[in-house]
Amino acid sequence: MSKATETDALDDPQSRELPADAHYHDAPALEADERPDRVAIASQWQLIWWSFRRHKLAMVGLWVIGLLYFVALFAEFIAPNDPTQQNRRAVYHPPQMVRFLDIREDGWSIRPFVYEMDRQRDPETLAISYVPSGDKIYLRLFGRGEEYKFWGLWETDIHLLATVKPRDNFFIFGADRLGRDMFSRVMYGTRISMSIGLVGVAISLVLGITLGGLSGYYGGRVDAVIQRLIEFVLSLPTIPIWLALAAALPPSWPIYQQYFVITLIVSLVGWTELGRVVRGRFLAMKNEDFVIAARLDGASERRIIFRHMLPSLTSHIIASLTLAIPLMILAETSLSFLGLGLQPPAISWGVLLKEAQNILTISQAPWLFIPGAFVVVAVLAFNFLGDGMRDAADPYEH
Amino acid sequence: MTDHPILTVDRLNVGFASRQGVMDVLHGVSFELHRGRTTCIVGESGSGKSVTARTILNMVPRPGIINGGRILFDPEGTGRPTVLTDLDPRGREIRAIRGGRIGMIFQEPMSSLSPVHTIGNQIVEAVRLHRDCSKAEAREIARDMLEQVEIPQPEKALDKYAFEYSGGMRQRAMIAMALSCHPDVLIADEPTTALDVTTQAEILDLMRKLQDELHMAIMFITHDMGVVAEIADQVVVMEKGHVVEQGGVEQIFTAPRHRYTRKLLGAVKRLEEPATEKRRPAKAAGPVLKVQDLALHFEKREGFLQRVTDTVRAVDGVSFTLHEGEALGIVGESGSGKTTVGRCIARVYDPQGGVMDYRGQDLMAAEGARLRESRREVRMIFQDPFASLNPRMTVKQLIAEPLIVNGLASGQALEDRVAKLLTDVGLDPGMMERYPHAFSGGQRQRIVVARAIALDPKVVIADEPTSALDVSIRTQVLDLLLKLQADLGLSFIFISHDMAVIRYFCDRVAVMFRGRIVEIGETEQIITDPQHPYTRALLSSVPIADPTLRGTRTRHRYHPETA
Amino acid sequence: MIWRFILKRILWMVPFLFAVSVVAFLLIQAPPGDYLTTYIAKLGESNEVLDQASVENLRARFGLDQPLYVQYFKWVGNLVQGDFGMSFEWRQPVSDLVWGRMALTLMLSFATLLFTWAVAFPIGVYSAVRKYSVGDYIATTIGFIGLATPNFLLALILMYVGVVHFGSDVGGLFSNEYANAPWSWGKFVDLMQHLWLPVVVLGTSATASLIRIMRANLLDELNKPYVDTARAKGLSEFWLIMKYPVRVALNPFISTIGWVLPNLVSGAVVTAIVLSLPTAGPLMLQALLSQDMYLAGAFVLLLSSLTVIGMLISDILLVLLDPRVRYE
Repeated sequence: MSKATETDALDDPQSRELPADAHYHDAPALEADERPDRVAIASQWQLIWWSFRRHKLAMVGLWVIGLLYFVALFAEFIAPNDPTQQNRRAVYHPPQMVRFLDIREDGWSIRPFVYEMDRQRDPETLAISYVPSGDKIYLRLFGRGEEYKFWGLWETDIHLLATVKPRDNFFIFGADRLGRDMFSRVMYGTRISMSIGLVGVAISLVLGITLGGLSGYYGGRVDAVIQRLIEFVLSLPTIPIWLALAAALPPSWPIYQQYFVITLIVSLVGWTELGRVVRGRFLAMKNEDFVIAARLDGASERRIIFRHMLPSLTSHIIASLTLAIPLMILAETSLSFLGLGLQPPAISWGVLLKEAQNILTISQAPWLFIPGAFVVVAVLAFNFLGDGMRDAADPYEH
Repeated sequence: MTDHPILTVDRLNVGFASRQGVMDVLHGVSFELHRGRTTCIVGESGSGKSVTARTILNMVPRPGIINGGRILFDPEGTGRPTVLTDLDPRGREIRAIRGGRIGMIFQEPMSSLSPVHTIGNQIVEAVRLHRDCSKAEAREIARDMLEQVEIPQPEKALDKYAFEYSGGMRQRAMIAMALSCHPDVLIADEPTTALDVTTQAEILDLMRKLQDELHMAIMFITHDMGVVAEIADQVVVMEKGHVVEQGGVEQIFTAPRHRYTRKLLGAVKRLEEPATEKRRPAKAAGPVLKVQDLALHFEKREGFLQRVTDTVRAVDGVSFTLHEGEALGIVGESGSGKTTVGRCIARVYDPQGGVMDYRGQDLMAAEGARLRESRREVRMIFQDPFASLNPRMTVKQLIAEPLIVNGLASGQALEDRVAKLLTDVGLDPGMMERYPHAFSGGQRQRIVVARAIALDPKVVIADEPTSALDVSIRTQVLDLLLKLQADLGLSFIFISHDMAVIRYFCDRVAVMFRGRIVEIGETEQIITDPQHPYTRALLSSVPIADPTLRGTRTRHRYHPETA
Repeated sequence: MIWRFILKRILWMVPFLFAVSVVAFLLIQAPPGDYLTTYIAKLGESNEVLDQASVENLRARFGLDQPLYVQYFKWVGNLVQGDFGMSFEWRQPVSDLVWGRMALTLMLSFATLLFTWAVAFPIGVYSAVRKYSVGDYIATTIGFIGLATPNFLLALILMYVGVVHFGSDVGGLFSNEYANAPWSWGKFVDLMQHLWLPVVVLGTSATASLIRIMRANLLDELNKPYVDTARAKGLSEFWLIMKYPVRVALNPFISTIGWVLPNLVSGAVVTAIVLSLPTAGPLMLQALLSQDMYLAGAFVLLLSSLTVIGMLISDILLVLLDPRVRYE
């Protein structure tokens, strides 16, 4: 049983002073908007935000994820090329660095450009290599490139970066074995990989909340059955099961259908953890004094669940969801990498990494690893964000 | 007995480092401990008592640092003391003193013992750290220690785990461990706070006995002036890291000098007798609530088939009548079923047998709308004001909730009503937009009270409403309840483990033991002339806040055949 | 008391294994068509055509014309006798194909588990005891990256490093001369020389999560009052930490075997494919792709059983280690 705080000792009941250290004595320096009078009327979300904000890694995670979803939303605009367009003369074209400081004989200016690379064939070994020609390919921000339909709605040809001369090409992340622009492909892959996490988590959420909630709210036999089910699912090795499930998919299915089923498959893991969290919280909260108090106030079951219990759960649920997303991303990546997930022409980070399966290929074109870097960064960012959210999820706990 | 101090705390300063710099938690604390005497350090939570105790063993909790003063330890009286504060906190010298020369016991015996090692293992370890002996010899010593602290079947007890012991036995084991090397000083940090009064009395007896046998100095930390009166020779009163007063126990109780000491004593003294402003119920007052043969058994279900593996008779045939305007106390120790009775009446639990008649309504059978109706008139105040207020709702939302769900007020009328209720319980209505985290424990309990009276109830079940609060706040909350009782004509069922609080507040009292009421009657009569042996044991265990009365009464023990 | 618990726990395995077998069977049945469809398609590619009668004949021979539950019970009935059926594709008994590979899988998983513990335990303890020290930050960072890197990517990167910087192919479990040789000391040494790479690849993410778990558990325990009790006894800092909080924090650590093993077995499948190890993974993938039902089913079943048994072992260890569990 918790003892009331130290400040009670000499507390005058009529006092309008706040117990400044009652709950925040272990908090670091209060920031400007966390003065005691602001704290007094701060809602749960404000307190959570204040405590989250101190978590520096989590803030970095938040920015990175924000950026990745921005890329996912505006992939067509950010990608300079059509990701499926092949170019026989750019097979395994190495990456080019975009430079901004343009120094010429007649002076200098700030202007984006890349150095042009010429394709050469070694006369003896017939191996192909790319050497800088010394020429510059000038780029333009918001320049005109290929036409595309933005979100399938508007026709436009404006890209974040485009070559000044329409016939030039540039490859920030290099090109693959068919001369396709890796940068454009990674940008499009971001869209699918990042959204699979979201959709998968949505499905997990439904499963997890329903089953976990049922388990926690009713208890008894319902709980026992659902608990055994969760234990069972947890004891299964996921990848063999996924493989078997994914092998059952006809490869002839259209992309969106594959996408949906793959998400469904990967979300089959995510829900158990969420179900446990929801159940545990529900079980504990059902007997909390404040929930009993609401019942004694005469509140209906509906009101108790939605007005009194759920607000305490949402922050925890959001944190668990955030931590589940990277698992889904990894799952999709692994499946697609093995050729049992999404199939080309769909583009996801996993599909792109499939190109890097051959050791000879990657020793020749290590930039094919770049989608892997995106996977690692995205998963890391989600983990940082989720950890920070979990720590901040209950601002009333000490 | 030479009268030089065995341990001297000399102008001790301890600070906690934080980003803003070092914040002092102890400000120049000085006192002495003497062989064969008990020094009580008394103060409310946050006064720095525990930090002082740990600093003596050079175990300042992080991020604390000693930034002034010394602690001198001179067990032989040579005049060349060891300066404890100068020793390396991880070094060999201080480790030889810890447990060897200075033993320590803590508040929570359960969490202070390792959950995965047997009691024997933990005591043997303590013995072998400081005495040169074999495992078998150490086990022999441990067994003798357990016998000395009156643990039955000590040989068997050695191989048990802490969770197989009862609370009192655990604390006995802790004491056995702390004393296994016959230390010169025993530091006891609130050793009885987590225990029931009867157990507390036994532990205090035991500590006195051992002190006589081993002739050691005891430093006893407590917040309870009653306990101080029972065992202290010297008293050190601490407030917010300062020693505000120290002296002999009689001087402190008869002629306290500092305002804070007087305040602590006043809070206890006032609970020695019934409240003066208590309004008695009318003689002819009729019954509001009749409870007969109430029974609730908790069944422990296990496994997939949910078989019943164990049954606990939490409430086992309880009967009483509550009259209009009356405050009926239910007193009992942990596990007596007193809280369960209260929750049955509020229908948090559904009792399995008996009759509950509230002004002609059958509370047992009430469901749906009728249950809601009766819950409007029978309200509840909870023990822990931190757990019973949803931290995510503002004070206004919390107090308005019963009014809203019962459709009693809305809009401006609702706001006015909440403001009125806050004024009634002594809070500023201007604070209604604040969240509970902005309030102290005492203030929160006022909010809980406001919520309870929002629906103009007739009966209020108050479940230990003051036990989570510091002593000085307790009487304030009790006085508020008394005022409301008079103003609103409330009847109270007042559940408590604390006889003093019951005496202050209740007209009649029912004494509960293991799910049954063993005795019921007028409060004063039960206190002056208890009939049931359990009541006698309970009353004789309550510490009396008057050192001059020490040893003037006989202690009763009650061990029914099943114990 | 303990024996009753263990017996009860072992009895619990029965429904679990039954459920596993149903799942395995259903998964194998899930793809549209059966092995014959694939087989006929294959024959079709080489312009051979099977007449309807011989197709029916083959169906009956493999029992593919019977209702699902009959096929299931036949399958399980044979399983109990150690008969996993025939592989359609390899034309030999499944049990001849799987055991060798399962043994290597088991060995690989076990070696990885040992590696994981050996690395995670000291680092986890260090990170908790020296919270926010440079070492803790380094361990935490590596841990996070380990968690975020998919197994196959790590395998690829290590292989890339091997090829580009050391000029050697580091895949496989055996050198060529030992691949088909009978077991000998030389073969064993050769295996050990190859084993480290898959162990590191597989173990990294599990190690990372175990470090985090150990650190979090121990941090919780370090603040418990019983640690103060031990300190007040005069125990040295090192021993008091090892004997009390570490001992208590070990329990959740043990119970993680239950889920680390499924993860290892899963990871082993992908890693084995990338590193072309002669373990269960590659053969299972191939069997799944060609709908070689009995072979794939045997793998899914055996791999799942492996993890169910792992759970059992971790539960039993937990009971032996933690007196509280026993008395609950």
